[in-house]
Amino acid sequence: MNVSANASAYVQAQSLPELPAPSSTKGPIHWMRANLFATPANTLMTLVAIYLIATTVPALFKFYVFDAVWSGTGRDACLRDKVGREVGACWAFVGDRLQYFIYGSYTQAERWRVNLVFLGFGISIVWLLWDKVPFKSVGFLFFFGILPISAWMLLYGGARAEFWFLIAGFALLAWTIWGDLSAGRKGEPDVFTRPESLIRYGVLAAMVLFGLYVQIGPGELPVVETGLWGGILVTLLIASAGIVFSLPFGIALALGRRSKLPIIKLFSVIFIEFVRGVPLITVLFMANVMLPLFVPQEWSPDRLLRPLIGVALFASAYMAEVVRGGLQAIPRGQYEGAMSLGLGYGKMMRLIVLPQALRIVIPGIVNTFIGLFKDTTLVTIIGIFDFMKTIEASFADPLWATPTTRATGYAFAAIFYFICCWGMSRYSISVEEKLAAGQKR
Amino acid sequence: MKTIMTGILAGAALALTISAASAQAPRSTLDQVKARGVLNCGSNTGLAGFGVPDAQGNWSGLDVDYCRAIAAAIFDDPSKVKFIPLTAQARFTALQSGEVDILVRNSTWTMTRDTTLGIAFLATNYYDGQGFMVRKSLGVASALKLEGAQVCTQQGTTTELNLADFFRKNNLKYTPVTFATADETRSAYEAGRCDAFTTDASGLYSERLKLSRPDEHIVLPEVISKEPLASAVRANGDSQWANIVKWTHYAMLNAEELGVTRANLAQSAQSNNPEIRRLLGVEGKLGEGIGLTNDWAARIIRHVGNYSESFERNVGASSPLKISRGVNALWSNGGLQYAPPIR
Repeated sequence: MNVSANASAYVQAQSLPELPAPSSTKGPIHWMRANLFATPANTLMTLVAIYLIATTVPALFKFYVFDAVWSGTGRDACLRDKVGREVGACWAFVGDRLQYFIYGSYTQAERWRVNLVFLGFGISIVWLLWDKVPFKSVGFLFFFGILPISAWMLLYGGARAEFWFLIAGFALLAWTIWGDLSAGRKGEPDVFTRPESLIRYGVLAAMVLFGLYVQIGPGELPVVETGLWGGILVTLLIASAGIVFSLPFGIALALGRRSKLPIIKLFSVIFIEFVRGVPLITVLFMANVMLPLFVPQEWSPDRLLRPLIGVALFASAYMAEVVRGGLQAIPRGQYEGAMSLGLGYGKMMRLIVLPQALRIVIPGIVNTFIGLFKDTTLVTIIGIFDFMKTIEASFADPLWATPTTRATGYAFAAIFYFICCWGMSRYSISVEEKLAAGQKR
Repeated sequence: MKTIMTGILAGAALALTISAASAQAPRSTLDQVKARGVLNCGSNTGLAGFGVPDAQGNWSGLDVDYCRAIAAAIFDDPSKVKFIPLTAQARFTALQSGEVDILVRNSTWTMTRDTTLGIAFLATNYYDGQGFMVRKSLGVASALKLEGAQVCTQQGTTTELNLADFFRKNNLKYTPVTFATADETRSAYEAGRCDAFTTDASGLYSERLKLSRPDEHIVLPEVISKEPLASAVRANGDSQWANIVKWTHYAMLNAEELGVTRANLAQSAQSNNPEIRRLLGVEGKLGEGIGLTNDWAARIIRHVGNYSESFERNVGASSPLKISRGVNALWSNGGLQYAPPIR
């Protein structure tokens, strides 16, 4: 019998090599079909988008990159007739004015102080925002307590008794709060000797010593008036003051608005509704144009401090409503459960309600922060030289008056604001994902 | 309202602890400035030739020089000025409220402002006025030849009204082409949408620099409106302070007239010319009469220079703007800058 030989003639002994999937179900063609040309409307939109990209992006690149002027010392470098070619963006202008955009008119010899503050700001941001850095509570203390005070001392300068009192007061305050908290944690005998506590005390001690040094040390820092501050320094200052104050104030106002105590509730409601009812520009005008009229000159607060407070109060009201949204999303059972465990109001809020509520409203909080960051440019209308205004003031300089200076300056501003806002937005998304891990299925 | 005020007052209280509140404030402005150790000068937030920051954030300009000259006269130190940049809306309030001691911020001296705002205009440090810019290729040498022209201007400004008046008065036809911002107006002019571009003359020169070929455009000689840009102080009866502000400008003009410059100041002090001797305080006690030292004018010239030096450095031939003296020349050269004699 020869069956097996016959069978082997038409039966495959082993499987054929796999063929690639047809191009209509996999690969770039499929992807394009599924995502770009799925329906006639989709196709139309794709074509429109391609047309728009093709007409704008190359021109943008040509203007801002290929035709751009990267170095030079004056307007001649960016004039078509002088350089003998088509001239795009004048980045040489930004390069020349970069110092001004960062520090404003801050005394040149003292700019190391600004750098030091930027450094402290950067360190504390990384400390707070990056998971892997330990001792977060000390980081909080540093960012919310020590940094603002030492930044003010460094930036303003001068040896002033008031600072000493501020520092001593703050040190004592921090000490007692933390002491109370530690005492509250029963069954932890080593609260005062843990590395975290030691670092905290070390930082506080260093702060007090620094205050002492500024008071009685050999060389006091020369005073740099706030009128000279400007550029990115002022933008970050206003934005971070707003962000740092608006969150705690906002939470307090949100809790106050939901409080059963009538006076607190009334105050919160009036504050929130009033502040939300007026434009920020009005508050700023009020602070810098009206306030000096009815406050004696010597009593008038610093010109930079006024918008700082205005922006912080303004952001707090918005923040309060965002947080209230989160509070309302927490089911009643959570409150009841907390109360049935015997938790008081403070502990219930701190341990049960707020952690859940704040997690829900992270997008809203970040939204407010980003809005606040961009709103800081409004201070230009009251003559504060923030980043945006330093750029605009530089446009007026005839040394750099060219047809493309303005387009370059605004592009630089756009890049700066985009990086900051996009960074905030990306970070908030990562936090959201981390905190929502428990709800993933 | 109440809550905001509470906040602001809280801020005020906070600021009090931070800023060293001086003791009882002295009455006269000069005393206040001396006690403070610095002159608060209301300045522009950035205007070519009048007040612009350089790469290090130091301000310079014609208006800036005026404030520096006053500081030089009082303190012998032109750096003892705190420039408080003011927007157009805030400038007069800031002066009224005492936030600034003097306003030198290209403000036009008008009757309404001078008589109703509680402020007094003192000395015109720049005579501005609306002008026209055209292409050289147009071959027009006078605004009166602009018959039938299309004129680019910014809408809703007095510029637009002055333009209408000028053409009606001279029986000329024209077509206004208006835009919302100065930039749009300039771009339209450059793109050839119109034959002429009109705004204040000092502005024309700085806008011209932003054109791709500035040399192909000229500013016509006609000035069709009066915009005297003057210094102002509070009208509170403090005539001593007004005198200092006024005579600082006059000293710079007199110095130019007498040929006293930064360079020849030392030789000039040896001069036999009685006018120069009085100006520089070698003779007489004129400076003490206004609460300053007798060498007040010498200090101004040493630190800032005479009017011509300041003008040329900031807006004139040595600056990119290259504005000619025109009506801002001394009276003896056919201009309007005329200073009463120092005697």
